[in-house]
Amino acid sequence: MQTMTRQNLTIDQVAVGDSLPELTHEVTATSVILGALASRDWRPMHHDRDFAQQRNGTPDIFMNTPNQAAWLERFITDWGGPKARIGRYKFRMGDSICPGDIMIFSGTIDAVSTDVKGCGWVGLTIALAASNVIKTRFSARVALPVDNEDNPWARRGEDWQP
Amino acid sequence: MLTDVSTAEDFTIGLNQALAWVDVERHEVIGEFEVERGYCWTACAAVQNGNPLYWDDEVARQLTGGPTAPLTLLSAWFRPHYWMPGRESMPLPWQTHFDLKQTLVLPEAVATDSEVTFGEPIRPGDRIRCAETLRSLSEVKTTKLGRGRFWVIDAVCRNGAGTWVGTETMTGFGYRNLQE
Repeated sequence: MQTMTRQNLTIDQVAVGDSLPELTHEVTATSVILGALASRDWRPMHHDRDFAQQRNGTPDIFMNTPNQAAWLERFITDWGGPKARIGRYKFRMGDSICPGDIMIFSGTIDAVSTDVKGCGWVGLTIALAASNVIKTRFSARVALPVDNEDNPWARRGEDWQP
Repeated sequence: MLTDVSTAEDFTIGLNQALAWVDVERHEVIGEFEVERGYCWTACAAVQNGNPLYWDDEVARQLTGGPTAPLTLLSAWFRPHYWMPGRESMPLPWQTHFDLKQTLVLPEAVATDSEVTFGEPIRPGDRIRCAETLRSLSEVKTTKLGRGRFWVIDAVCRNGAGTWVGTETMTGFGYRNLQE
């Protein structure tokens, strides 16, 4: 059961090489279908097993990209707290995530910096694995507060350089 | 299918037309409904995201000045309904990708990399619009898939006030399998 995340990490509390707490989830048909419909992705390979097997050659229906991104967002803010503001993320998908997979997100910090506007940033390298195989690789640039008074969400216009 | 050898080896077909699309906004899509909190909560529930920014109005007020939508729900706001009266076909996301395949006569194409950048938070009541822009088109390249061109397409999203809320960037590779 997920609890409400209230802890906010500040940039001075993190360092290059730190690991994020892993996030594990047993994927079900509900996980795949609910995530697809929540992201308004109506394509049949995300809810119709026969279609996925016959047209996509996958063992089952599989998780769509925005659903994976939503899990990524949760993984990051479970760690960083509600003040953590994702600036950008990149990803490269390899293999499919299907019902029955045990999905594991893991990540490490590969950069810590403060930009010219005083915004604190961390660079994250994140892997989404199942059955001991990395299925999707992500990198993300996430703003963290520089101190307890700072709030990255307050940045607008030129002060926000994701 | 490319059965003519001279056509199969000609990678200049449609090139001038495709190059004319560089840095030009095309295929604007306007969301068919306003951003609503029910969708935000469904999206959070789908991934058991308990971030109080999306569930606790006081936290949202303190941090963002009021409720906002989960960032990664960006593309949902301009996806068309599954069905609506009078519509015979559904608009395709990344239409430029398919335009390039057709115009450059590259029968196969894959998305190789994707990136999303976030701007101003999206709020309930916003109507999101999104326009595609071809950013670049490479020289002819040969990969293990085949011979063709890479392209980079931005889908730039704005709210009703015209403020930038995010950009999805897709790198694609359109190619011909010359062994066929």
